[in-house]
Amino acid sequence: MGTVFSFDIRATDVPRARTAVEEAVGWLHRVDELFSTYRPQSQLRRLARGEVSEADCDPLVSEVLRLCEDAEAHSDGWFSQRYAGDLDPTGLVKGWAVERASQLLRAAGAVGACVNGGGDVQLCGHPEGRPWRAGISDPLRPGRLAAVVESAAELAVATSGTAERGCHVLDPHTGAPPKGGLASITVLAQGLTAADAWATAAFAMGADARDWLEALPEVEAFAVTADGATWHTDGFPQFSPA
Amino acid sequence: LNKHPIRHVLLATAATVSGVVLLLSLKSNAPLAPPEGAVGAPQSPPSASAPTAGAPDPAAPPAEGDEAPEAQGGAERTVKGETVQTNYGPVQVEITISSYGRITKASAVQAPSSSPRSKEITSTAVPQLNRQAVEAQNAEVDAVSGATFTSQGYANSLQSALDQAGG
Repeated sequence: MGTVFSFDIRATDVPRARTAVEEAVGWLHRVDELFSTYRPQSQLRRLARGEVSEADCDPLVSEVLRLCEDAEAHSDGWFSQRYAGDLDPTGLVKGWAVERASQLLRAAGAVGACVNGGGDVQLCGHPEGRPWRAGISDPLRPGRLAAVVESAAELAVATSGTAERGCHVLDPHTGAPPKGGLASITVLAQGLTAADAWATAAFAMGADARDWLEALPEVEAFAVTADGATWHTDGFPQFSPA
Repeated sequence: LNKHPIRHVLLATAATVSGVVLLLSLKSNAPLAPPEGAVGAPQSPPSASAPTAGAPDPAAPPAEGDEAPEAQGGAERTVKGETVQTNYGPVQVEITISSYGRITKASAVQAPSSSPRSKEITSTAVPQLNRQAVEAQNAEVDAVSGATFTSQGYANSLQSALDQAGG
């Protein structure tokens, strides 16, 4: 199953931007090699099988595992680096990889960059004369948008839900699909590492996610419930054009 | 009203600028066939997509040619993307573009149907992909969160159609 990563870069120095995109692509391939959960020889899989120790792995593996531990601690265990018992930090690693790719582009002088990794989006800067606009796909009506967010600054938009791939988030406490009737939850934060982790955790929480997200600093959220209703955190409308 | 040139239109699958990057899923938990060497940007001729990378500094006036193509008006046209080989068979996407440079229709003119499984995938995925390609850009958004397109072949062929249309 493929995930599409797309880049939309606005830059004055085009050759430099192209080089930066190539670097970002190389970076994503490297992450995929290290962290793929279905490549038997990825470092992550070898680590999970106990064939190598963390110290033998690329330092990036440790970096991601620390980020996962932080996310677990900050979400009362609702974020988990295990999926059905196996070591699986994918609830965070894609967002982390995209955020880092976006930083590469920005460092190479991009005026604006929109990097979309399979529906998790990191925005920075802006296109000419307008903010970036990111749609939030409606999980109950494929092809429709449930909301739109705008940003002319650093903003990450991560969505977790059942819509496109079937349920890929389990309640870490029960090992079952989450209860509480969320069809999808979209989290806004400055960086996609956090947004991705919080979206994963919040989806697993279900209905309780609302209070938890409201209490998180500099995080906003928008949810579509299984019965088609929507709710959002107090600060969400400032990102959502009228 | 703001008419965006086609090359500024972004579908969730198709980056205007430097191409679509396809990578096997970091999120998938399903054991699937390994990538045929995950594909970088290059399905389309670089010259076709090159101009898009050069979007100007926001403060500056539009670069030469930046607002050009669809402003010429003219009739609706249809562009076929390249045929892209996938694990399940060939995929080819066709888009119809209005005189204002908007995608009014996207369809897969070729899609895998060689096995029952690929027929099943095709029958559910392709209509969704077609619809999403149109909806995403009609909402004038740069990206869609939550919509994960899973068809590499569709994305590649769509990108090449966009490149031809905008080039």
